[in-house]
Amino acid sequence: MNSRPNSFRSGPDERGHFGMFGGRFVAETLMPLILDLEKAYAEAKADPAFQREMNGYLKDYVGRPSPLYFAERLTEHLGGAKVYLKREELNHTGSHKVNNVLGQIMVARRMGKKRIIAETGAGQHGVATATLCARFGLDCVVYMGAVDVARQEPNVIRMEMLGATVVPVQSGTRTLKDAMNEALRDWVTNVHDTFYCIGTVAGPHPYPMMVRDFQSVIGHETRTQMMEAEGRLPDSLIACIGGGSNAMGLFHPFLDDSSVEIFGVEAAGHGLDKLHAASLTGGRPGVLHGNRTYLLMNDDGQIQDAHSISAGLDYPGIGPEHSWLHETGRVTYLSATDEEALAAFQLLSRLEGIIPALESAHAIARVIELAPARASDHLMVVNLSGRGDKDVPQVGDILKGRKTT
Amino acid sequence: MTTRIDTRFAELQAQGRSAFVTFLMAGDPDPATSLAIIKALPQAGADVIEIGMPFTDPMADGPAIQAAGLRALKAGMTLVKTLDLVRAFRKDDDTTPIVLMGYYNPIYIHGVDRFLTEARQAGVDGLIIVDLPPEEDDELCLPAMRAGLNFIRLATPTTDDRRLPAVLANTSGFVYYVSITGITGAAAANATQVGDAVARIKRHTALPVCVGFGIRTPDAARDIARAANGAVVGTALVDALAKSLDSEGRATTGTVKAVADLAASLAQGVRGAARAAE
Ligand SMILES: Cc1ncc(COP(=O)(O)O)c(C=O)c1O
Repeated sequence: MNSRPNSFRSGPDERGHFGMFGGRFVAETLMPLILDLEKAYAEAKADPAFQREMNGYLKDYVGRPSPLYFAERLTEHLGGAKVYLKREELNHTGSHKVNNVLGQIMVARRMGKKRIIAETGAGQHGVATATLCARFGLDCVVYMGAVDVARQEPNVIRMEMLGATVVPVQSGTRTLKDAMNEALRDWVTNVHDTFYCIGTVAGPHPYPMMVRDFQSVIGHETRTQMMEAEGRLPDSLIACIGGGSNAMGLFHPFLDDSSVEIFGVEAAGHGLDKLHAASLTGGRPGVLHGNRTYLLMNDDGQIQDAHSISAGLDYPGIGPEHSWLHETGRVTYLSATDEEALAAFQLLSRLEGIIPALESAHAIARVIELAPARASDHLMVVNLSGRGDKDVPQVGDILKGRKTT
Repeated sequence: MTTRIDTRFAELQAQGRSAFVTFLMAGDPDPATSLAIIKALPQAGADVIEIGMPFTDPMADGPAIQAAGLRALKAGMTLVKTLDLVRAFRKDDDTTPIVLMGYYNPIYIHGVDRFLTEARQAGVDGLIIVDLPPEEDDELCLPAMRAGLNFIRLATPTTDDRRLPAVLANTSGFVYYVSITGITGAAAANATQVGDAVARIKRHTALPVCVGFGIRTPDAARDIARAANGAVVGTALVDALAKSLDSEGRATTGTVKAVADLAASLAQGVRGAARAAE
């Protein structure tokens, strides 16, 4: 374990490291472009016109700020902490993914790139990318594992309606990690005109930092909204973790507020002793997809299959900043199984009239356990990262016994 | 320190010809057949042998080499067994340079220092690690140089004159010029473009420059060999291997010969090049 740093919010260093994690582990072909991107992003970040334009779209196109909603019936049912939902599922396109895509597309436009590629698991990042490409008249190609194409069909149809080309990826395990491999292969081939819009806080530097910055609007709003609602900071934050972007977005503005307890929830799939996607709990540090981070792998360094009921969490890695927050102990990482997520999915639907994404249901599953153990004046914020419309066919089939998790 | 790679390129320079460099995946389609193929390569005319280290997620490889890696992994190949393969090859061949090519994670997990010691003892001469650009030289490149192994860097069409010095700074053995922006198995660049690119790189370094990606035929190998110090062929050999397998993906009696025959005709192409680029 590292010694406690002065600030948890100052990373990464100039080489893209969060402690020993992160970095730029990519093929030489991509390296010049990654350095260009780093420069373009730094310039954009410092440009007030860029911020103004982005804030305009966040407000009128995405629909921000998203509400911080007191979940009264859930709170009553659990009988402990006061539970608030950060309603990212109300954003245009139905999840937090759009916050990041908007930012990256605006950077891509500054760089003069006309062709956008993306990987997607649940399809939410793909839908957000297809949406903004439609809005700005850019070509869009989305790579999606063939397994995910089948289980998230509503999103495939949406992307195609928005004018994107969806490429089902047949290699490897045919899920999110393979979609990312295929997107990287496209990028290496078309590096001259193509911008890779990564959907989470992973990949080579500067992506983990840039995506985190674009998602941090979630935490900044939460801070203001909680001050307005309760006159003080929340006592705890909870978010689900695939690559970790919705979680980083909520957590980052609070990392230096030591009174705030922070929990990330990974997907425990069939159980931690079986097939799962909990990289921090069940993995160890390795190098994949441009960064050093915790990964699920065997003793020979071969990446292992992840499993989660939720396509968006079905990834054998995690963003490097989370690996660092895990090792420093600032954030506590828990997990929830497929079964627990399904139960939470139904509970929130029945009690609050909000059908959550299966991804977000993993966070709710741990709230069900954590909230009752806390006092009634404890303020708990859970990130409702997306809505469950895309999961309705899949969950319906499982509940009717037509399919298994 | 002089490696087998340095010695080999000095010999070729004296003979006035370019190198024929082969790539095949370790353990494809099984460890025994793979060893037999690699043993047959020098006889077929290979001057330098690159051996792929199988990895589940080869981000810079096309379908043929992806499939080769998966066949090898399925047959139980590991990094340790790849080193065993090199050791077995070295029993009868102490001169043909061996370069291991692959991705960083298996080495990182094995332990960098342990890997370098074992690789050197096994008879490995150089490393090409696709996902380690100069920005990450502390990881493996510098320790490899200290351990007496060449670290061979890829230069690409996107590596401009401003960046070339950084790419070449810690490179040794030879420079591997990837003639296209793309993954293995994609179409080749033409020899004129390659010649220009090689000349550009040679303005920055005295190292031999070998060119790969997209060379499939003896004629193409000859043209590239005229423009560079070496022609690397991978996907075409891997395809020949794959075509010789039975419907279950197992080696047949024709497998070793299929690869060796293609290697021999490619070697003829390279040797047909008038004189190596200086
Ligand atoms: C609704 C929703 N939440 C969470 C995730 C997981 O991604 P991340 O951990 O980057 O937030 C996804 C990914 O597809 C998603 O669609």
